[in-house]
Amino acid sequence: MNMPATKIEVETATPAATAAPVVAMTPKRPPRSEAYARMARETAVRVIPPLVVLALLTLVWELVCRRAGSALPPPSKVFKDTKELIVDPFFDHGGIDKGLFWHLSASLQRVALGYSLSAIAGIALGVLVGQSVWAMRGLDPLFQVLRTIPPLAWLPLSLAAFRDGQPSAIFVIFITSIWPIIINTAVGVRNIPQDYRNVAAVVQLNPLEFFSKIMIPAAAPYIFTGLRIGIGLSWLAIVAAEMLIGGVGIGFFIWDAWNSSHISEIILALFYVGIVGFVLDRLIAGLGKIVTRGTATS
Amino acid sequence: MTAYLKLDHIDKIFTRGAATTEVLKDINLTIEKGQYVSIIGHSGCGKSTLLNIIAGLTTATTGGVLLENREVNSPGPDRAVVFQNHSLLPWLTVYENVRLGVDKVFARTKTRAERDAWVMHNLNLVQMAHARDKRPSEISGGMKQRVGIARALAMEPKVLLLDEPFGALDALTRAHLQDSVMALHQKLGNTILMITHDVDEAVLLSDRIVMMTNGPSARIGEVLEVPLARPRKRLELATNTTYLKCRQRVLEFLYERHRFVEAA
Repeated sequence: MNMPATKIEVETATPAATAAPVVAMTPKRPPRSEAYARMARETAVRVIPPLVVLALLTLVWELVCRRAGSALPPPSKVFKDTKELIVDPFFDHGGIDKGLFWHLSASLQRVALGYSLSAIAGIALGVLVGQSVWAMRGLDPLFQVLRTIPPLAWLPLSLAAFRDGQPSAIFVIFITSIWPIIINTAVGVRNIPQDYRNVAAVVQLNPLEFFSKIMIPAAAPYIFTGLRIGIGLSWLAIVAAEMLIGGVGIGFFIWDAWNSSHISEIILALFYVGIVGFVLDRLIAGLGKIVTRGTATS
Repeated sequence: MTAYLKLDHIDKIFTRGAATTEVLKDINLTIEKGQYVSIIGHSGCGKSTLLNIIAGLTTATTGGVLLENREVNSPGPDRAVVFQNHSLLPWLTVYENVRLGVDKVFARTKTRAERDAWVMHNLNLVQMAHARDKRPSEISGGMKQRVGIARALAMEPKVLLLDEPFGALDALTRAHLQDSVMALHQKLGNTILMITHDVDEAVLLSDRIVMMTNGPSARIGEVLEVPLARPRKRLELATNTTYLKCRQRVLEFLYERHRFVEAA
């Protein structure tokens, strides 16, 4: 019994040797000022080209729309017309005469509600379809047909069902963004490597533990792809839906501006819609990055 | 000789549509407690299928697996598997990967602190304690396989199943890891069943080598006892006549009597 024990002692002496290079790697950090300089350089490389292109496009737009009788205002006129809206996005004169902040926040609230519902329902249905062959056979053809229906086509039906604009708009968001979430989640669940299932089987995880410890992390990259497409679609749909249901919201703001021939306001609103859509997309992408760190490759 | 693990008349037939292939035919094998047994054969002979049947990941068409005289036919931590491609969960750290199994197996019998200590004890056994907070993507292939072994050992399996555990590693890492597994076997006295296609590995590590004929309908062709004293030292064995004889026997079986048909 003594002999093997000494052998183990010899074995345990080695980790110092294997650990040494790992430790030696860490002190080789560049000085802080250098790191900042590099960070600034990297940011500049990302930020400057789009700014240059933007400046050029604005210049072209200015030149094209400057001459008298042009249908659309040049950027200088847009800025002059909408200065009030830009400077004070928080005014509230009652009714729908509010600052752009309130319109955007009303739209965002609808999206938040509809999108949250579709994320929950979409992931649940996706897991079902991905996990069960019969659920897939039964539901997948249905989904494939339903997902091709344009968002606005649902609006009259939901107005008839809910008899109110607010829930109808939320329903349109829901029904628009749910399909990519379902389909991507299902693909993610179906693609869980057999190895992970084997590990779960040997460890004897119960279905609930399998769901939270294996399925969700393993399918997370797919789920977030679906969520990202979904948030884009819901932002697309809300603007269109709000044009029809009216009330406070960026969509109706645009429609209202068109009815009063305030073309400059439309352009400003489009700019905001674009920025908000971009931020939403980045938000979900960033969230996905945090949640799925390490999952992508092994 | 007491049968600890017993494979009793195992047949495995895969059915796909109308086509059926008999992969394994009449596999009988008894393994004693504490023995190190290797199963060797050409690729496609169904040795991995056999391991999956023992692990409970697939079921035998007829026949069964007895562990301590009780039939086992579903997967469980008493037959922990070290998978060929390590199969660590990439979103968990080294520690969490081992902890996953420990938390399940010792949920009632060990306290939180004891489970933590047990995880670290097993990581220490495979010399991976220094990487406890690393993710699998941050460590080398050999290290991943060490963690895979720690995960399996930490479940205190009755039988440790190794599915070509060193197959994906380079020769130097492989030799190093083989020595580690030998030392662990010596220290802990586990019953180990290993699938391999490496003749030297089989002779070096095993008490018995089970040689399988080519599929379809693979059978056990021959069982060879390796009467070498432990602890074994790779360098001394290189000139040991018993070692060379055993090696010769396996080579003859694999390359003369049961040559791999598809090999050019």
